[in-house]
Amino acid sequence: MEDTLFKLLDYGIYGTAVLVILVGLYGALVKRSLLKIVISLSVIDSGINLLLVAIGYLKGGTAPIFSPGYLENPKVMVDPIPQALVLTAIVIGFGVTAVALSLVIRLYRHHHTLHIDEIKNLKW
Amino acid sequence: MKKFVVILLLAVMGYYISAIFFDIGFGNSHLVEGISPVKDAYLEETVNTLSVANTVTSIVVNFRGFDTLGEVTVLFLAVTALGSILYKKRHQAGDRSVLFSASKIVTSGSKLLFPAIVLLGAYVFIHGHLSPGGGFQGGVIIATGFLLMLLAYENFTVGHNALSVIESLAGITFAGVGMWGLIYGGSFLENFLPVGTLNDLFSGGVIPIIYIAVGFKVAAELTGVIYTVLHEKG
Repeated sequence: MEDTLFKLLDYGIYGTAVLVILVGLYGALVKRSLLKIVISLSVIDSGINLLLVAIGYLKGGTAPIFSPGYLENPKVMVDPIPQALVLTAIVIGFGVTAVALSLVIRLYRHHHTLHIDEIKNLKW
Repeated sequence: MKKFVVILLLAVMGYYISAIFFDIGFGNSHLVEGISPVKDAYLEETVNTLSVANTVTSIVVNFRGFDTLGEVTVLFLAVTALGSILYKKRHQAGDRSVLFSASKIVTSGSKLLFPAIVLLGAYVFIHGHLSPGGGFQGGVIIATGFLLMLLAYENFTVGHNALSVIESLAGITFAGVGMWGLIYGGSFLENFLPVGTLNDLFSGGVIPIIYIAVGFKVAAELTGVIYTVLHEKG
């Protein structure tokens, strides 16, 4: 019973993460509004972060924090390395989103539209 | 038509990505223990040598401290780029283009909440080496407090010079602690202070100092981002 539940969680977590990445990619490829494309990029970011944190999980693991009461057994702690990596990735993602949004604001001021088909300078 | 092609491509891609990760498996230890003993080494070193409770903090600030310095630099660059892209002219306070005026409830409530939010943020980054959280998270919490005040009060201003000074001082503190470690310990960001006992507030050597500096820096930078975007005027 417990194993079946865990198997379900397994497929659920990885499935959700991959699904979030794919939703973001779909938005970035199909949507024509610049704002929606930036939002899609940030959705891809979230999916990748979820995937990375899920890899570091250990069955029945605790948080990698040595609080009183959890001092004795580092063997049951989840992997802290992906968490530290994701902390970095979130900050970089924030920076990318902020700069992209500021460029979008600038483009809107210049062209008075967010639709990428109407902004001729973006085509090559 | 185009949508179907995209969905088909994404389905194929999703199938292969999922196959890789289902192959690794969720929550089993072979990735963690069998292949890489790095996790165990980090955990042991964190408790025994550094006496820091939160392993994520010790990785971010100590083992990968140079990486974090680069990360903070990237954040700084992003804020600078944002400012230079959106820069037009200094506006007067309360001269905004996007916002409508806030209601009485928002203005009274945010005045009440603002000190509590800043206090929570300071708590989170001061206790970064003991509990979940740290400089980045605490800084973001403080910036949300400033966002609330900027949304509620049209004439609420944040001094740009004060933000720059705080940001620069925090950055100098981070780099200076690193250089001090280079002089006294032999390598950049080496821990040169006594580590103390585990789960004390004053433990972990330079780690709390660096994380407090990071907290101030992130708070100042994000407040600057919010302020710049809110006062952007076409």
